[in-house]
Amino acid sequence: MSATSPDGNGADDSRSSVAASSRSGLRRREIRDEIVIRFAGDSGDGIQLTGTQFAMESALAGADIATFPDYPAEIRAPAGTTYGVSAFQVHFGSVDIRTSGDELDVLVAFNPAALKVNLADLRIGGMVFADESSFTDRNLKKADYETNPLEDDTLAPYQLVKLDITRLVEEAVKDFGISSKDARRSRNLWALGLMLWMYGRKRAATIEWLKDKFGKKPDIMNANIAALNAGHAFGETAEMPSGVVGYTVAAADVEPGLYRTVTGTEAAAWGLLVGVRAAGIGRIVFGSYPITPASPLLHSMAQLADYGVVTFQAEDEIAAICSAIGGSYGGALGVTSSSGAGVALKGEALGLAVATELPLIVVNAQRAGPSTGMPTKAEQADLLQALHGRHGDAPLVVIAAATPGDSFDVAIEAVRLATKYMTPVMLLSDAYLMSAAEPWAIPDLDELPAFPVKFRTDPEGYHPFLRDPDTLARPWAVPGTPGLEHRLGGLERDYDTGDISYDAENHARMTEARAAKIAGIADDIPLQKPELGPESATLAVVGWGSTYGPIYQAVTKAREEGYHVAHIHLRYLSPFPRNLGELLKSYDRILVPEMNHGQLVSVLRDRYLIQGEAFTKVKGQPFKIADIYEAIRTRLG
Amino acid sequence: MTTASETVQLKPTDFASDQEVRWCPGCGDYAIIKAIQKTLAELGVKREDTVFVSGIGCAARFPYYMSTYGFHSIHGRAPAFATGIKLANPELDVWVVTGDGDGLSIGGNHTLHVLRRNVNVQICLFNNEIYGLTKGQYSPTSRKGTTSPSSPKGSLEQPLSACSFALGVGARFVARSIDTMQKHLIGVLKRAHEHHGASFTEIFQNCIVFNDKVFADFTDRAIASDRQVHVEHGKPLLFGKDLDKGIRVKPGSLKLEVVTVGENGVSVDDLFVHDETDRGLAQLLVAMEPPDFPVALGVIYCDPAPAYEDQVESRLDAACCGDLNDLLRSGRTWRVDGD
Repeated sequence: MSATSPDGNGADDSRSSVAASSRSGLRRREIRDEIVIRFAGDSGDGIQLTGTQFAMESALAGADIATFPDYPAEIRAPAGTTYGVSAFQVHFGSVDIRTSGDELDVLVAFNPAALKVNLADLRIGGMVFADESSFTDRNLKKADYETNPLEDDTLAPYQLVKLDITRLVEEAVKDFGISSKDARRSRNLWALGLMLWMYGRKRAATIEWLKDKFGKKPDIMNANIAALNAGHAFGETAEMPSGVVGYTVAAADVEPGLYRTVTGTEAAAWGLLVGVRAAGIGRIVFGSYPITPASPLLHSMAQLADYGVVTFQAEDEIAAICSAIGGSYGGALGVTSSSGAGVALKGEALGLAVATELPLIVVNAQRAGPSTGMPTKAEQADLLQALHGRHGDAPLVVIAAATPGDSFDVAIEAVRLATKYMTPVMLLSDAYLMSAAEPWAIPDLDELPAFPVKFRTDPEGYHPFLRDPDTLARPWAVPGTPGLEHRLGGLERDYDTGDISYDAENHARMTEARAAKIAGIADDIPLQKPELGPESATLAVVGWGSTYGPIYQAVTKAREEGYHVAHIHLRYLSPFPRNLGELLKSYDRILVPEMNHGQLVSVLRDRYLIQGEAFTKVKGQPFKIADIYEAIRTRLG
Repeated sequence: MTTASETVQLKPTDFASDQEVRWCPGCGDYAIIKAIQKTLAELGVKREDTVFVSGIGCAARFPYYMSTYGFHSIHGRAPAFATGIKLANPELDVWVVTGDGDGLSIGGNHTLHVLRRNVNVQICLFNNEIYGLTKGQYSPTSRKGTTSPSSPKGSLEQPLSACSFALGVGARFVARSIDTMQKHLIGVLKRAHEHHGASFTEIFQNCIVFNDKVFADFTDRAIASDRQVHVEHGKPLLFGKDLDKGIRVKPGSLKLEVVTVGENGVSVDDLFVHDETDRGLAQLLVAMEPPDFPVALGVIYCDPAPAYEDQVESRLDAACCGDLNDLLRSGRTWRVDGD
């Protein structure tokens, strides 16, 4: 690097925070257990990477974290508009963090639209950092502000820090000979630098990342690093308004081990791969078609060619699942991914996978529907589609991930069940889980159990639907194996030979067999236990999928306050755990929070004849802890 | 009973399964399955390495009647299943059997893409210009004016040329034959099998129940030699009972015309010499229709390009597979120590 490099490299990072905290009075740091911060700006402002880097530095400092990227469906919506606002929320703390946080402590707003859209989520007394230079008449008008909220009493209930970030960045990068447009692009890094100072974080990982990303454009790289350092120095040395201090958020008390951050996407991709290794299968045929918010999984799988993943970007959703089924027939594990609208297109082929009893995994990154709905927003409204959304009686396995990290374990379990029982498995995730990140204790794969597949090779007594008496699974016989040549297809097949059969009794028998095989999996999954609380109480809060975090925290809080309430989280939705009905009946009341119009609750009512109460939220946003806590409190008085 | 390892030469009947064939008596499919079984026997392929994949329709029942591996899938999607099979195991010898409805209507998109990608499979499209299994509705290849249960006053739609479509979407092998021309059909299928990459063979197939004799205008024995030109690479386009008719480029145009050798000073040297690597010529040949032109049969276009799955394999790490423990530890990690 050139001698003029402003590289603040790692060496002086710790010094800065130590120095800050060692100063008397003026620059004291206050202690906080947890903080929720949201960066918000135009979708071209680099908000997502700013948030990602802030989360990474927090995690590296030992904090527990949860993130919530929230971005518009449009790639570059018109600048300055409210519908073009992109946001990234980070909840971090020294305590157990399981959600991205209910209310914001800090909002960093890069323009009036970002302020307008996000202010309602800021707690009273919370801090707003605003780039005042972007609060121009033009931008105010685009955000539908009649007067400047930085000047009137709009922000009176909050602590406002007005900063001319644009000017400060231009000042910081003026020696690098870059255009003022490029300089403006470094505003996010300046703000990141300031926030890293405010919470006593290092910058080393971010600087390393910038060097990696912009190594080929040294001017841009140096300007970005300079902006980051300038933001940091501004907090350290400067002129912050009175009352604005740095904070110390200590490391969280977590299990010893090696950690990294993972998104639900990464964890699912790795889980599929680890599962396939555990099954002893040579390769994954991953057939997919781009769709928001599932595409990142396609991208992640495409990175894994060196690990035996064949990624096939098909011509449509139907070809995607059909290629995956063909892959399984050919002896690989077929996997496809989509979101609800795309899964609808896969419905006919799913029926074929059920009929031919081939292993298959379908990952559904659920989004707000119906139809295109809100493509980047999370919902859990495809549960009934997963359970029943096919022609004919076509049972299959449905499991759901609870957290980003849990996606890893659930993906492995999907592989185990698909291959052991020769069945399609629907793995439910959602827009939030796919993009949210959390710290993850990296497992030692050598300690994970293996579940090797036994491909059929013996022609003696073989027919393609010869069922294992225990699992009811048919044998997996792969083309290329001499003596096991057979024909599979959608036409009903004879129970005793596998040949085509239109026999009435046989169809009834095969329908029963397909149902019994899936139902029997209940003996191969753990019995349901409450996540929190006793196996009998006044109220059980029952959830599935990404509502895990807010339910867990709300029930924790309610229990601390003496409420007699339990939390039951369902990973297995088809089949349900053997004891689920019995367990649910041991509670006086059942409350089912769901990000849909009441789907699980109707399944539970139907299945167990219990009086479950729906508590729904269909806003494309995760539940807040307070939503669920209030629901518990009002029911238990 | 199938033997464990097939070193002996198999007969055509060894490729027939024990299932009762349920096509209508007199259906052209009987002739085609015989030709394909004979082709496989003559090629000396192994049953265990051979997979027939189909969609839905009369033709799609084909795999059930073969003693190889087979997959009777869903309507129009056979190319996608076949692609998945090749991605799982490129060594398998995969045939796709489809029809004009399955392959050009509901499955047109997949036919397009399997050809464009050049997946190494043999696609046999049985064209009978009608929907048979659903009882006789007009299909995308039905001639305009076809009366059927769904077009009682005659169909309004312009028919699709299967081979023109295949050439248009980038197929590297396009051929044509007729169900009853067994020797010709076997020759074409052997070429299709030999071709590395996607091959597309249109087989005119008579539906005796719903569209009988629809191809009679060029298949009737009495007129066949005047209405068919059998193309061969490097040979002039000659046809007719006395092999005295030919195809040449009309002087001053890019159009073809039929000429008689020996008349008006036309000699064999004036005729078009078939070049199967010429896509432009192939498009002109497949567009020829009676009564003005003979129908072109044989290997119309063959110009190999790298097969899709070969390119996929070359991208996979030869030293597969990487250590997953390393993968999970790639990027930024941190250690939390115990007390």
